[in-house]
Amino acid sequence: MNVMMLLEMANAAFPERAAFTDGSSGESFTYAELFEAARHRAASVRASGANRLVKLDVSNLATPLSLFTSAWAGVPFVPLNYRLTDAEIEALLKRVTPAYLVTQADRVKTLGSVDQVNAIACADFLDPSQHSEAVAGEWSMDPDEVAVLLFTSGTTGEPKAAVLRHKHLVSYILSSVEFASASEEEASLVCVPPYHIAGIAAVMSSVYSGRHVIQLPNFTAVEWVRLARQHKVTSAFVVPTMLARIVELLEAEGSATADMPHLNSLAYGGGKMPLSVIEKAMKFFPNTDFSNAYGLTETSSTICVLGPEEHRETAVSSDPLIRRRLVSVGRALPGVEIEIRDDEGKLLEAGGRGEIYVRGEQVSGEYEGRGAVTDADGWFPTRDAGSMDEEGYLFLEGRADDVIVRGGENLSPGEIEDVMLTHAGVADAAVVGIPDEQWGEAVAAVVVAKPGASIDIEALKTMINQQLRSSRVPAVIALWPELPYNETGKLLRRVVKAELSKP
Amino acid sequence: MAELKTGGRFKSAVCTAEIMVVSAPAGDVDLTCGGVAMLDSAADAADGGEIHPDHAVGVAIGKRYINEEETLEVLCVKNGDGGLAVAGQLLLQKDTKKLPKTD
Repeated sequence: MNVMMLLEMANAAFPERAAFTDGSSGESFTYAELFEAARHRAASVRASGANRLVKLDVSNLATPLSLFTSAWAGVPFVPLNYRLTDAEIEALLKRVTPAYLVTQADRVKTLGSVDQVNAIACADFLDPSQHSEAVAGEWSMDPDEVAVLLFTSGTTGEPKAAVLRHKHLVSYILSSVEFASASEEEASLVCVPPYHIAGIAAVMSSVYSGRHVIQLPNFTAVEWVRLARQHKVTSAFVVPTMLARIVELLEAEGSATADMPHLNSLAYGGGKMPLSVIEKAMKFFPNTDFSNAYGLTETSSTICVLGPEEHRETAVSSDPLIRRRLVSVGRALPGVEIEIRDDEGKLLEAGGRGEIYVRGEQVSGEYEGRGAVTDADGWFPTRDAGSMDEEGYLFLEGRADDVIVRGGENLSPGEIEDVMLTHAGVADAAVVGIPDEQWGEAVAAVVVAKPGASIDIEALKTMINQQLRSSRVPAVIALWPELPYNETGKLLRRVVKAELSKP
Repeated sequence: MAELKTGGRFKSAVCTAEIMVVSAPAGDVDLTCGGVAMLDSAADAADGGEIHPDHAVGVAIGKRYINEEETLEVLCVKNGDGGLAVAGQLLLQKDTKKLPKTD
């Protein structure tokens, strides 16, 4: 079992199809070209003596080539975040030597001087004339070999390297994608960064389904819309902040619909989607299927999906319990099990709020140097808080670490945010705990007003008090122009917390 | 007869077919293609041998095949003219459920 098998099959079944196109340079290659290039580059990597292949650059053709080359050569693929500082990058690089580093031309000299780093520019990595004519022999079939090491963003302390083995990634693709299911006209616009698990999953699932990938290296709404129209894109994945920007741009364009008749499916995930954004998006893309995906690095990407049918059914249901499912992340994929447990690890009944546990072939739950954090039965504690209804729909409540402990009572920010978001003037909301002498922690909140709306803070508190216990009413509610999100759509709660904790 | 491990790869002795084991019962399994025992993918090609006429149903790349008890599942990774069987019983093509695209 090896990730290379996915490309081997694509190369056997549809070698001449366009596989990847770099949306910024326009360069592209077919599955046959990608396969042949991987065969040669794997020989270069093996000859270098490196035991990791590191990629440090925006999405480009070197992204899929690096992934498959590493699988063929039998060394883990390590995509690094190019937005980190030089010092942070060097520190991570030193943890994965001896390394074959594929990177931006202007970094080759500096990072190539790091001990046991063999650096090459992306353009040279792609250029056959820069490599010998040697080809690599067979790839390993050992399913337990490490395919990818992915540094998690590590909001506290040193970043951890999640370990994904070939068996995890291949299981994920085999259980979620049908081979050659895409027609030749299908094109997917990929704008998540290559160091994100969704970026790696996009490469593998597109190859296995035979879907042409259009890469958008640096997301802007203008570029996204331009490429979607130019390449007649049929599917895309975005994080909530990206969809919000796209919707804003379309609103500014002033037409009723998005003028992207080819866009059949639009998936989103990676953070909480504000209801107002998804509702507007559904109006701009009336014929597009929406899916909400939830997954983690440690689970090889998606574990839960709210599909297009469910989007349509829940949106028009008169039953409030069913309509609420529009803000859920749907149900577990086949082969994935999900449980909600309390602080003591006891299984909760439907509707109970606790920590999300997951189990399945695609779940790794392992970090380099620390081993697997799964329990004896294979369950991985996600550190995400949530609840599941009777039909198995999963509702996210933020990170388990974000739970506010006020006077010994555990409060979930998500529960309070959900109520605040039902206020007519509130576009976005964040609730955090701040230090408090009397209670240990006090509830504090930030709201963002909808354009043109004004929010009466006292009236908002009254509204929360009418729906939740008084302990959940924020002591402080600040009004901000926007909330801080990272580039992949994750709310930076520590920033909100730090700001609100200032005396 | 061979022990089939998840992720293990086998090739036909009588046609071009290759498969990967997705799931398998413990112990030795009499897996054949074209009526002849399959070989480990690393083994040398067998010479001669023909597809048994009762086993000439073919396999298609990307399709999954299961036994009736659903204890064995394999993925075809290379097309071939032979059919897959366990202890003489032809495997069935598995229906796959279409899932929404998420990435």
